[in-house]
Amino acid sequence: MGRRLLVTLLATAVVAGCGGPADHDTAGGTPSGQPVAGTVTVLAAASLTESFTRIGAAFHRAHPGATVRFSFGGSSGLAQQITAGAPADVFASANPDTMTTVTDAGDAAGKPVTFARNQLVIAVPKGNPQGISTVDQLASPGRKVALCAAQVPCGAAAQRALRAAGVRVTPVSQEQDVKAALAKVKLGEVDAALVYRTDVRAAGDVDGIEFPASASAINDYPIVALRAAPNPSGGAAFVAYVRSEPARAALAAAGFQRP
Amino acid sequence: MPAVAGLTFLVLPLLGLLVRAPWATLPRRLAEPAVLAALRLSLTTATLATVLCLVFGVPLAWLLARGSFPGRRLVRALVTVPMVLPPVVGGVALLLVFGRRGLVGGPLDAAFGVSLPFTTAGVVVAEAFVAMPFLVISVQGALRAADTRYEEAAATLGAGRWTVFRRVTLPMVAPGVAAGAVLCWARALGEFGATITFAGNFPGRTQTMPLAVYLALEQDVDAAIVLSLVLLTVSVAILAGLRDRWLGGAG
Repeated sequence: MGRRLLVTLLATAVVAGCGGPADHDTAGGTPSGQPVAGTVTVLAAASLTESFTRIGAAFHRAHPGATVRFSFGGSSGLAQQITAGAPADVFASANPDTMTTVTDAGDAAGKPVTFARNQLVIAVPKGNPQGISTVDQLASPGRKVALCAAQVPCGAAAQRALRAAGVRVTPVSQEQDVKAALAKVKLGEVDAALVYRTDVRAAGDVDGIEFPASASAINDYPIVALRAAPNPSGGAAFVAYVRSEPARAALAAAGFQRP
Repeated sequence: MPAVAGLTFLVLPLLGLLVRAPWATLPRRLAEPAVLAALRLSLTTATLATVLCLVFGVPLAWLLARGSFPGRRLVRALVTVPMVLPPVVGGVALLLVFGRRGLVGGPLDAAFGVSLPFTTAGVVVAEAFVAMPFLVISVQGALRAADTRYEEAAATLGAGRWTVFRRVTLPMVAPGVAAGAVLCWARALGEFGATITFAGNFPGRTQTMPLAVYLALEQDVDAAIVLSLVLLTVSVAILAGLRDRWLGGAG
């Protein structure tokens, strides 16, 4: 716990350090010109848990009157919550399809923008005891593999990547989000799982193996302010902040690619 | 008035399901093999879990009601813990014990190559863990309410302990056992948290109806509503049927 706190603090310091005075136009300004204050509620994909927590802390430093409250989960579930009227200011999704659920329902204020991209890797227990080096090896008989369910973005990406690799993998489980798939690797219940590169980096106690076919399944992460936002100026400021240089640096440090 | 409010609160969400149901596409959606597979799996595993609970739960209830040993109150309290534990926590606990690296699961896997997570057997275990207390409490209550003089009479007439249990005790507490089994089955049928955590989610093998509802909701609300309706209809029909047959409409 202590180590984790330290990492968070360090990352926050890095984020804050990157943001020189020149960045304050993008980071601090609000489109509406109102002061940024109060609670900003952000619903974000599970894979953004670590990076957005850091960005939220940095945002609070830039706008001491404002605090960000996050709800992380499977993007699709969050999108359903928004269309069902959950009070939130910002939505960040792990793929454009899920964002479409929200924009089609008329719940977005403005057009979503892509702020990061993420790629799948093969997550294996620390030290890779089974010596997995290619995605083909996931198909060998007796190998226990967890994938995300096709209904959530990481599952859709896994399907695309495996199709591109021409490998048929029968998973032992289709997990409800990427963190659940990763947890099965951490517990040693599966030999491998396809998760985002950023999840492996954040977890620390698992190894990630890159595979070429994942290049054909890169997820774009769109973000948008929401129409029914209780704190519209706060929401707009957070969306602007996520696209600012300090936030981009934090995302890159977490393993995301730039859009 | 509060009674009516209470009833409305309980019934209104169910009506909501009916109102929002996509009636036009219902027949087509019901005929999907995935729906039938999930339903079949749910019914099978809930029934197996109930059998498991009966085999181990009835003797346990007997011990708790009739046995006298130090720490009986503590054991009674322990038995009810799975009822108050969030089922996800139960699932994690099961993984730590019966998982491939678990306290029991590790040696089991090493010796026999048997591993419970991600199997239908794992679903049954998760459901039984969560549902067994319902059976035990019900049977224990019936045993404590039953008059022990009948058993004593049978014993003085020369019946052994097993015969007394089988011929006297069990028939006396049969309604309690039946009610407990029904509760246990209903709880197992609706089990979600422990199942998805311990047994994972794979169509036809570990994806029970509640898991199918949850995952359908991620993408297609109508599909989730249809699945919910199926689960609701089946459980109400079976519970109503059993109630008339086993419990004679009483209770």
